[in-house]
Amino acid sequence: AVAGPDMDLFGDLRRMNKRQLYYQVLNFAMIVSSALMIWKGLIVITGSESPIVVVLSGSMEPAFHRGDLLFLTNFHDDPIRAGEIVVFKVEGRDIPIVHRVIKVHEKGNGNIKFLTKGDNNEVDDRGLYKEGQNWLEKKDVVGRARGFLPYVGMVTIIMNDYPKFKYALLAVMGAYVLLKRES
Amino acid sequence: RKNVEDFTGPRERSDLGFVTFDITADILKGKNGSIFDWNVKQLFLYLSAEYSTKNNALNQVVLWDKIMLRGDNPRLSLKDMKSKYFFFDDGNGLKGNRNITLTLSWNVVPNAGILPLVTGSGHVSVPFPDTYETTKSY
Repeated sequence: AVAGPDMDLFGDLRRMNKRQLYYQVLNFAMIVSSALMIWKGLIVITGSESPIVVVLSGSMEPAFHRGDLLFLTNFHDDPIRAGEIVVFKVEGRDIPIVHRVIKVHEKGNGNIKFLTKGDNNEVDDRGLYKEGQNWLEKKDVVGRARGFLPYVGMVTIIMNDYPKFKYALLAVMGAYVLLKRES
Repeated sequence: RKNVEDFTGPRERSDLGFVTFDITADILKGKNGSIFDWNVKQLFLYLSAEYSTKNNALNQVVLWDKIMLRGDNPRLSLKDMKSKYFFFDDGNGLKGNRNITLTLSWNVVPNAGILPLVTGSGHVSVPFPDTYETTKSY
């Protein structure tokens, strides 16, 4: 009999033949694919290109803080109304902004233009829009905030600010899945 | 109400409305239950003006807002309030507009969960006069 728990781990690795390794890799790939399918499914169901977003700034405090998670829907027939919390992207910029609609002007044909403002900001968002742009339109909207969870999004922020943490986490997850033996 | 150049937005003259208001409200949930149950962190209250003009079938402008934290008195009794935000129309649709409806609504922010938008029962119709005011300090 061999001594100690450390020796057992290396023994396992050596005994694992190629077949089992491929099996574990396929298992891992299946988990990743399922996760991606769930995400795509959410995109379809909610109509939003990004159904779950993390709050990045304090401009909507005290309602939302940096690190909170927001759940969005973007149904085409949902009209944009004052008071709603929308997530929008300024043309040409990647970062989505979460603010509240404070002005809406809608024409008879359904054409809507609206203005937003962060609850915690003194002024409206015109300074954030593109040069010369005074209003947002439906096409700028990523989604409407329907629900939220506090703090949960912090993990994403940490992973963004400290990439080493992200790689370490991925390495640990990968090692766990590859080495786990189904009894 | 005046017709003023809006420096913060499009470089055109639009109607600017001045409204003063009183609010008496009791924010409840269901029949007499307090709106502040275990899962309500705060309420974001806002007074919005809704109206139609020749230019736009529907206009909504938020005139005033307030954050009510859990623990605050859900009873509001405000008098002679001036609007917090400029009531600019997209065009000149305020002059002579008889049907501007003011409603109080609120966004319930939970500790975790759904974010509902609730409109209070009770609203008030405000007519704007047919002429502009000549300079008067606001």
